Amino acid sequence: MDMKVSKKLGLKERYTMMTRDLAWDTTFQPMDKVFPQVGYEGIKIHDWDQWEDPFRLTMDAYWKYQAEKERKLYAILDAFNQNNGHLSVTDARYMNVLKLFLGSTPPLELMAARGFSMVARQMVGAGPRVACMMQSVDEYRHFQTQIHSISNYNRFYNGMDEFAHQQSRMWYLSDGKSFFDDAITAGPFEFMVAIGFAFEYVLTNILFVPFISGAAYNGDMAAMTVGFSAQSDEARHMTLGLECIKFMLEQDPDNLPIVQRWIDKWTWRGTRKLASVGMMMDYMLPKRIMSFKEAWEIYFEQNGSALFNDLARYGVKVPKCFAQTIEEKEHITHQSWIGFYMKPDACPFHTWIPAPDELDWLSEKYPNTFDKYYRPVLEHFDKQEKAGNRFNNKTQPMNCQVCVSTIKFNEPGDPMEMCFRETVYKGEKFHFCSDHCKEIFEDEPEKYVQTFISSHAALQGKCEPEGTDINAHDYRPGARMHAYWRMDKRATGDFNGSEDQKNFAEWRHQATKN
Amino acid sequence: MTLLKTLAPYDFPSSDAVENYKGRQLLYVNWERHRMFSRPFVLALPPETPFAEIIDKHMTDCFSYHPDWAQIDWSAVRWLNGSQPFSPDRDKSLADNGIGHKDLIRFITPGLDGIAGSGY
Repeated sequence: MDMKVSKKLGLKERYTMMTRDLAWDTTFQPMDKVFPQVGYEGIKIHDWDQWEDPFRLTMDAYWKYQAEKERKLYAILDAFNQNNGHLSVTDARYMNVLKLFLGSTPPLELMAARGFSMVARQMVGAGPRVACMMQSVDEYRHFQTQIHSISNYNRFYNGMDEFAHQQSRMWYLSDGKSFFDDAITAGPFEFMVAIGFAFEYVLTNILFVPFISGAAYNGDMAAMTVGFSAQSDEARHMTLGLECIKFMLEQDPDNLPIVQRWIDKWTWRGTRKLASVGMMMDYMLPKRIMSFKEAWEIYFEQNGSALFNDLARYGVKVPKCFAQTIEEKEHITHQSWIGFYMKPDACPFHTWIPAPDELDWLSEKYPNTFDKYYRPVLEHFDKQEKAGNRFNNKTQPMNCQVCVSTIKFNEPGDPMEMCFRETVYKGEKFHFCSDHCKEIFEDEPEKYVQTFISSHAALQGKCEPEGTDINAHDYRPGARMHAYWRMDKRATGDFNGSEDQKNFAEWRHQATKN
Repeated sequence: MTLLKTLAPYDFPSSDAVENYKGRQLLYVNWERHRMFSRPFVLALPPETPFAEIIDKHMTDCFSYHPDWAQIDWSAVRWLNGSQPFSPDRDKSLADNGIGHKDLIRFITPGLDGIAGSGY
C-alpha cells in the first residue's frame, strides 16, 4: 500500500498559514471600531496586504530559538557568578556603569514591551501584528535578562537594590522615562517611528558600544552575554522599524510630512537620551573602546547618512537636528559628566575625576574642545577634592520641559554660553534646552505641559517619604529627598574612599595573593 | 496651531501651574559663563521675597564655591530676565522687580569667564 506522505511546507507557506491565514475581518463590529487607533494620527493605509514580512518568523519557531538562547545565556551567567566573575572586571569603577545602566535601561525595556504589545493589538495587518507581538516578548526578555545579569553584582556592591523604586522618581532617570511616556502615549504609528525606527534603527548601535563592547572590554562576561543574546533580536527589531517607515511612505503621499515630523522629533529625543550613554564611554568605562565622538561619526554620521540617502527616494530628508548633533558630539559627554560629578549626594552611583592618563586620552580624542573648555575645570575639581573640598552642589536643577535633561547644553556656536529657549503657553512660561525641544513642545503643548520634573514636583511637596507631616511648622518641601529616593548612603559620594572601592581591592587581593 | 491628534477630548492642567506652589512661585537663576553649577538652579519663593535674599542667600550659598565669586565687581554686574535686560532693586520684592512665575534670571559678571576662561 502506498503511504500518502503530505509534503513538508516551505518556509513561506508555513509562515503564511501561521500568520496571515489566522487573521480575519470582523463582522459583528466594523473593523474601524475594532482597530480605532490606526486612523486618528492621519496616516492613510489603503492595503495592509502590501506589508512585507522581512523575517517570516512564526511563533513556534520563535519560541524554539529564544529558548535555546536562554539556555546558553543562563549557563554562562551561572558559570560567571560561581567563579566570582565580578572580581575579574578591570576596575571597581566599572560597577557604576552597571548601576547607571540598571536604573536607566531595564525599566525602559519593560516600557518597550508594553508599547509593542499595545501596537500589536492595534495593527490591522496580521504581518505587523505578529512582528510587534514578538518584539514585545523580546523586550520583556531583555528587561529580565539585564536584571538577572546584574543581580549577582547586587550581592557585593552598593546602590543597585532600589532601581525599580527610583525609576520614576530620580531626577536623572526622568529623561528616559519621559522619552517612553511620550512614545507610549502617541498613536501606534508614531510609536513605531519613535522606538522601532529612530531608536532601534538609527541610534541603537550607540547604545550597544558602551554596554556590550564595553562589558567585553572590561571583563564583564555576564553583561556581554546578555548583549549578544539580545543582538539577533535587535536585528529583527531594526528591520521591523524600517519596514514600517517604508510601508507608511508607500501607502499614501500624505503620510510623508507626518512621518518626517516624527523622524525629526524622535531622532532628536533619542540623541538627547544618549548624552549619558556617551558619558559612560568617555568617562566611566575603565578600559575605553572608542570615544563617543568616534562612535557618533561611524554610527550616526556615516551609517545614518547612508540610511537617509536610501530613504531619499521616498522623499525623506535627514533629520533636522543632524547638523546640531555633529557640533554637539564634541561637548555633550563632558557636560554630562560634570553634571553628575557635581551631585555626589544625589546619585546612587559614584563619580570621580579621571586619572591623568585618562585626561590625556580625552585631550587626544577631543582635540578641538577638551583642553579649552573641560580639562581646566576637571583639574580644578581634582585639586579641590585633594584639599578636602570636594564639589557638592546642593541646589535643585532646571530641566527642559520636553526632554527633561537638566539645562546644561551650550548655545549652538558658542560653547561658553548656556543654551536657553522659552515660550509662553496659556499664560505660563516653559523652558527648553534647544530649538528642537521647543519646536516639539509647540507642536503639541497640551501633552508637554504635563511633564514630570522632579525638582518642581519636590518643591510642590509631592516628593516626600511616607510619614512626612506636611503641616509641621518646620516642614520644607523637598528636604527629605534622600529618603524619598530610598538612597543608600554608601552608594553616594566620590568613588575615592567608597566602600565599593575598598571591598573590591580587598576581595581581589584575597583571590590573587597569598 | 497644535498638531496634537486624539481620539477623545484631551485637556489636562499644567503640572507646574503657579497655584500648585501654595503662594510661592518658581524662579530660575543662572550665572552666565559659569556652568559648573547645577546649572540654572530653581527655587520656590513667595513673590514678596526681597531680591536681596536671592543674592545674599541663594546665590551666595551656591556660587561662592567658585573662585570667581570673590572677584565680582558688583558695580559692573548686569542682569537679564529671560532675554530682557533689567536692573533689579535689592530692596524690592520679586513681584515689584517684575519677576513672575518661572522667570529665568541671568547674572552676568563682565571680565569673569570661569575657570581658566573656560566658561565653567
